[in-house]
Amino acid sequence: MDGDGEELTAQETALYDRQIRVWGADAQRRLSKAHVLVYGMKGTIAEFCKNIVLAGVGSLTLIDDRIASEEAFSSNFLIPLDENVYGGKTLAQLCCDSLKDFNPMVRVSVQKGDLSSFDVEFFNNFDVVVVSSCSLPAKKLANEKCRKISKRVAFYTVDCRDSCGEIFVDLQDYKYSKKKLEETIECHLRYPSFEEALSVPWRELPRKTSKLYFAMRVIEKFEEAEGRSAGEVSVADLPGVLKLKKELCTEQSLNESHVPDTLLERLVTSTLEFPPVCAIIGGILGQEVIKAISGKGDPLKNFFFFDAFDGKGIIENISNSNA
Amino acid sequence: MRKMEITDLLNSHIPKYISLPNVQIDMDTIEVSNLNRQFLFRQSHVGQSKAKVARDAVLKFRPHINIKPYHANVKDPEFNVDFFKQFNVVLNGLDNLDARRHVNRLCLAADVPLVESGTTGFLGQVTVHVKGKTECYECQPKPAPKTYPVCTITSTPSKFVHCIVWAKDLLFAKLFGDKNQDNDLNVRSSDAASSSENVEDVFVRRNDEDIEQYGRKIFDHVFGYNIELALSNEETWKNRNRPKPIYSKDILSDELAQPNGNVDKKCAFDDEFSVSAMASLGMKNPQDIWSLKENSRIFLEALRLFFTHRGKDVGNLTFDKDDQLAVEFVTAAANIRAASFGIPPYSLFEAKGIAGNIVHAVATTNAVIAGLIVIETIKVLQNDIKSYRMTYCLEHPSRKMLLMPVEPFEPNKSCYVCSETPLSLEINTKRAKLKDFVEKIVKAKLGMNLPLIMNSSNLLYEAGDVEDDMVAIYSANLEKVLAELPSPVTGGTMLTVEDMQQEFVCNVNIKHREEFDEEKEPDSMVLSGWTQHVSAPENKDKPAANNGASTSGASVPAAESDEISIVSPTKKRKLTDVPNAPGNETRNHQDELQVIDDEDDLVMLEGNMEGFKKRKLS
Repeated sequence: MDGDGEELTAQETALYDRQIRVWGADAQRRLSKAHVLVYGMKGTIAEFCKNIVLAGVGSLTLIDDRIASEEAFSSNFLIPLDENVYGGKTLAQLCCDSLKDFNPMVRVSVQKGDLSSFDVEFFNNFDVVVVSSCSLPAKKLANEKCRKISKRVAFYTVDCRDSCGEIFVDLQDYKYSKKKLEETIECHLRYPSFEEALSVPWRELPRKTSKLYFAMRVIEKFEEAEGRSAGEVSVADLPGVLKLKKELCTEQSLNESHVPDTLLERLVTSTLEFPPVCAIIGGILGQEVIKAISGKGDPLKNFFFFDAFDGKGIIENISNSNA
Repeated sequence: MRKMEITDLLNSHIPKYISLPNVQIDMDTIEVSNLNRQFLFRQSHVGQSKAKVARDAVLKFRPHINIKPYHANVKDPEFNVDFFKQFNVVLNGLDNLDARRHVNRLCLAADVPLVESGTTGFLGQVTVHVKGKTECYECQPKPAPKTYPVCTITSTPSKFVHCIVWAKDLLFAKLFGDKNQDNDLNVRSSDAASSSENVEDVFVRRNDEDIEQYGRKIFDHVFGYNIELALSNEETWKNRNRPKPIYSKDILSDELAQPNGNVDKKCAFDDEFSVSAMASLGMKNPQDIWSLKENSRIFLEALRLFFTHRGKDVGNLTFDKDDQLAVEFVTAAANIRAASFGIPPYSLFEAKGIAGNIVHAVATTNAVIAGLIVIETIKVLQNDIKSYRMTYCLEHPSRKMLLMPVEPFEPNKSCYVCSETPLSLEINTKRAKLKDFVEKIVKAKLGMNLPLIMNSSNLLYEAGDVEDDMVAIYSANLEKVLAELPSPVTGGTMLTVEDMQQEFVCNVNIKHREEFDEEKEPDSMVLSGWTQHVSAPENKDKPAANNGASTSGASVPAAESDEISIVSPTKKRKLTDVPNAPGNETRNHQDELQVIDDEDDLVMLEGNMEGFKKRKLS
């Protein structure tokens, strides 16, 4: 992500004036050279894509071969309502058409295929990879491939269920500088991979760690054990999920009160996303990606949780150094 | 502005509320700089009404929704209390304090819940206001737009923003604005009368006067002669750095043009909108910091271009941040003045932001706030009072939180807006005129639009539609000194001021005072009596007329302005602490709510994170 080179065009300066006043012209130039890959075109990802397209990234590549259905546009505002328009097309295709409209200066394209089928070389084309609607094994695999590339590829996962949302960030070995008063401070953060983060024993985490973290892990494990795709659960699965929760808590020596049944019930019952939460999570994620590309601003490390029930947006640091 | 996004989300989320009438009011038209975040708009929409385009865009997502757009100013009389009574909830996405206060009062009068919000860069907040149950929007005083004492602007600038205000409100106005307007340019605390004749001669351009010569004459007058005049007053400079006079012949010695020699140099312009001194001089980058020489060239070239290419505008222009030539002129003028006073210069890009009060903005923060607005609105529509929250979006996490919800507080018992507490005003009743009271207190401070002023049962003044025989009387009253009004206003008088449209009444007790501090109380009026809560005010709104820092620079204005004075803090009580408050029955997900501890009492200061942190430690 080379920041040197051509200046912003007059068109870009006019369009991006208000955001250049936030993060500077240099950051804007870096954005215009960045390539972002996105997998899983549901509501939250749609919001995220809108944000980074408006911000003016270099390119955005979408992967999602699922055919559009009525369920899709209850929370994905990029999917047109007209069946004549959406019929037969994939989610990626429809979102691509809509996104191009937001900012003609960004190259938006579609890539067909399953996430697990892409090799390391493919991921090397990108500076940022964001995955969603993704099973646990597929998440881990994609993360590992990104880590194998010598240039740093920023990796994110995002998952929204009911009125909750989770973001995971992996910037690997990340150095950046920031100004404090008159001084420039050099910062260095080391991020664990998704697998490494999940391997931190639960009982070693701080007592007040967000309950949503544990709940998401239980459901993730349930889906993996049952061979389900991400989000393929319903209220009928609740007994099984609660049973798994008990097992995991015992295994991890964690008091069950850290994973409330009511929370698990919410997450398996409403698998549809809640549009305002899509906007919130998509906004936070958008800002994180912009920070990583521009090298400006403290990135969050390494999980973010939001639950509309209490309205808190919390950062949790789940890593071995912290535990 | 952002209301467009809000409406979109609100409608896409609540299909069962489709039948609710939905009204959007916005007086703006779409500009290019909006497109980086106002995503319902496209390049092809530039120039069109925001309200109408937004409505059309939303209907594409949800064709069955009932939306009525109004391309109008929310302060227009048609939006009265009866209009507001139609609604279950009002969502504000306004960009100025005045309008927010106006809507606040109408919502109180109509008893309609208000969901307020604002963003600046990475910071934002959403607040809920319900009459009688929570604080109203004005229970916590919001800092008034920053103003500067006249002498600081005309004689003793110490910051770049002072130079900008001088360049914009004085010099630009004098040269290109309405000649009949009062202008403080050349006003000094010592004898101004003797030099006023000279001043008039200088600024008026004679018919055959060569434009380049005229430009240099103006340059030398404001940057050279005026400075020398100021220097001759020793008193002023006792404890201040002396400014240096600057003359064009010294800066541009090698470039003095022959009369009429260079008229047809430089490039041609496509139309009047592309006329630009920078383009003319081949200077491309608005982020560059210009040298004194470059600033001087821009100054003279911009001045020349106004007369040669936009002559018809001269005499009726007001500064507009989107007027490239005006921005160039003001930047150059401010930079030259800054150089004179030893203040570091700014780039055009930065100067434009200050002069234009530009609020920096990104799509992401707006998206987060929009989502939070919808969540609060749903709670309001469900009358779920106990779960209302004021939510703050932070740039840096506080106790691990980037999004921080706080329970609303009950109304401030001494709020003059929702609790009708009287105010006190110290004023010299033998010198101040009624119009000073109306402009500076009733309109500016109290935020009334169309006020009515009464002394007991005597109507002193009424704005708006007035019977013919009263017009002359009210005009005359405005010009009278308070103590000499038909119904005299002296120490001990209680005035009643009212805005019929806002249905807002306020009583002001008058206290006579002889002397005021010119620097600290430049308006010679001090309004007080408003007890503030523990926390300090938010500063999310950009200042309106009299200019201040454009960005989220925080803080209560310093002693320079006659801000409402703070008496003593009162203890706040949270909504859920109040016994018998409606909605205190438990709900089944009450258990899920985290305890909000005492530290959450603190209200976020947008931009002033330092202030917030200090308060936590104490």
